[in-house]
Amino acid sequence: MPVAQGARALQKLETWQDPKARPIVQIENVTKAFGSHYAVDDVSLEIFQGEFFSLLGASGCGKTTLLRMLAGLEAPDSGRIIIDGADMTHVPPYRRPVNMMFQSYALFPHMSVEQNIAFGLKQEGATQAQIRERVAEMLHLVRLEPYAKRRPHQLSGGQRQRVALARSLAKHPRLLLLDEPLGALDKKLREHTQFELVNIQEQLGTTFIMVTHDQEEAMTMSTRIAVMDEGRILQTGSPATIYEYPATRYVADFIGSVNLFDGRVTGEADGVLLIHCDEVGSTMAIAHGEPLPVGTPVSVALRPEKMMVTDVKPESEFNVLRGVVSEIAYLGDVSIYYVALPNKTLVHVQLTNLARNTNAPMTWEQDVWLTWEPENGVVLQS
Amino acid sequence: MMPPPVPPSSMSSGPPSITFIGTIWRWLLGFTVVARVRGLAMGTVSWGRAMVTAVPFLWLALFFGLPFLVVLKISFSEAVIAQPPYTPLLTWADDGIMVLRVNFQNYLLLVQDSLYWMAYLNSVRLAAMATAICLLLGYPMAYAIAKAKASFRVPLLMLIILPFWTSFLIRVYAWIGILKNNGLLNNLLIWLGVIDQPLPFMHTDFSVLVGIVYSYLPFMVLPLFATLSRMDESLLEAAADLGCRPGKAFLSITLPLSMSGVVAGSMLVFIPAVGEFVIPDLLGGPNTLMIGKVLWTEFFSNKDWPVASAVAVATLLLLVVPLVWFQKAQEESTKKVEELV
Repeated sequence: MPVAQGARALQKLETWQDPKARPIVQIENVTKAFGSHYAVDDVSLEIFQGEFFSLLGASGCGKTTLLRMLAGLEAPDSGRIIIDGADMTHVPPYRRPVNMMFQSYALFPHMSVEQNIAFGLKQEGATQAQIRERVAEMLHLVRLEPYAKRRPHQLSGGQRQRVALARSLAKHPRLLLLDEPLGALDKKLREHTQFELVNIQEQLGTTFIMVTHDQEEAMTMSTRIAVMDEGRILQTGSPATIYEYPATRYVADFIGSVNLFDGRVTGEADGVLLIHCDEVGSTMAIAHGEPLPVGTPVSVALRPEKMMVTDVKPESEFNVLRGVVSEIAYLGDVSIYYVALPNKTLVHVQLTNLARNTNAPMTWEQDVWLTWEPENGVVLQS
Repeated sequence: MMPPPVPPSSMSSGPPSITFIGTIWRWLLGFTVVARVRGLAMGTVSWGRAMVTAVPFLWLALFFGLPFLVVLKISFSEAVIAQPPYTPLLTWADDGIMVLRVNFQNYLLLVQDSLYWMAYLNSVRLAAMATAICLLLGYPMAYAIAKAKASFRVPLLMLIILPFWTSFLIRVYAWIGILKNNGLLNNLLIWLGVIDQPLPFMHTDFSVLVGIVYSYLPFMVLPLFATLSRMDESLLEAAADLGCRPGKAFLSITLPLSMSGVVAGSMLVFIPAVGEFVIPDLLGGPNTLMIGKVLWTEFFSNKDWPVASAVAVATLLLLVVPLVWFQKAQEESTKKVEELV
């Protein structure tokens, strides 16, 4: 999955786990309603210096509203927003130590690239020399020196995106807010820009808060992710935590793909829960930290890449599902097998195509068995 | 040369200059015909499209181009008491010789007689003042409508357009009732105790200004509204985010981005206001010199068709300069919009 993530996790101290760290952003019980619709519903969150924090969720989940409240473009109905120790809840946007990169970029069409970048500096009364120096610095940072005199409409989408970034960084904000910063770029450019943005963030050490609906983007770029749905934060954690230990069915389903089975707890041994799923007629043994009482309704989440497919019946008593291969999707690097269980449930399993031109071990309509280790499943209670 | 001012006339209906100016503008655009024909020859323009666009061009040639040439011709003739009241340019002499008699006296008169200069300058002055007042009044109105809730916008725009449903002439007459010595305004001021004696509002430049501003305000508001309502709200948010206070954001973002609307509105008010005849005739006094009134007097009181034609041609030239500028500004703004899209 995320290539940059491993390197980042090694380099960075996980500030949010340091008890002495003081958060740069504190969101306390913030609620915002539009009419009878709660866009943001009692959200609390702490974000630390130097983080690349992502608010992830489907459109309409309240992530943009939360970001706009941080910028001061919306006022919360209740709750407090504290930035860098100062209560900013009712401070207008032009007095916040925060800058925002807008989804539409919102570049001033009647100003050149240079003037756009200089705009914020002029507002704080910087001298001509200071402005010139800082603009040159920002142009260098986003590699747009040759385009300084151009107007926004004379630039490509990717160049406009970089102008917007340079403009929002020019004032040395304590906090940079990014609203779908890569949303308007095509796929190829987006992947390239992801790493560029992460590099700039590491270079400057500025705290970034990004709103995105693209889970892959959030996984690749962030130190931490907050998954939002219907105005609430469902789970906050590092990309690996969110992926490997989703807290709810929604999170498991939203991040990556997952197979979900409903069942009830029937027993427990050595930190492994036994869960019987009536619909597929199978008992699953899943490693779970805390014991749950017998009879608790739970769901078992299994990632497609964490299961195995065999054409020989496994010995194991638990964690075996019998099915028929119904579809095979060959994606080059991997193949995805859709296995139909006797009750018609489709389970997808991902296998890596290790060797070239090998005859696929399984073919359509073949009887197969699915197995997995107890550590590879996740028990979900909500 | 100039006879006493003519009494108010009930001949015209509606500001004649508006349609007149619109026609000139489209006629200027007619020069693109040349480009079209070249395109046809080179095969870059289809015949079907050319046929469609030919219709309005033909219309303009017939009902604007041709009459204008007639006026131009008359402006170079001499006034006579006859039917028609001017001499022909071309006459047949004996021995098959054709004589072309071009009289520049009319144009010389326009230059020599200060009356015409004064009228031109006064027209431009009043039109410029009216345009400035319209801009100052119209901008906040357009801004308020553009910022109003979507459900309020249509009724507010209707209020701007509604006066057009009443005859222009009646609306200007109504101002006489308001501004005259015994009118609504003076009575109100006396009742309030602000003044003891009625103020002479009528038959002054003030009353003419009031009339022009009142009549042409919608032409300022509508293009400004069109520009302001199209403006991207996130630009102001970005300005605020970058530390710009709302007042300054208006000056550095909203105002420059609405310049195309300011230019369009100003031209739509200024150009017809220069040639305005009905308003100075009804609301102005004997000292209100405006070129439209001079033109009317030359034609209908003085019966001097050649001088009147020369005045008309000169007025047209006076208006062509701002028109060309207007068209250029318009082209630039549409180009900008196209590039943004």
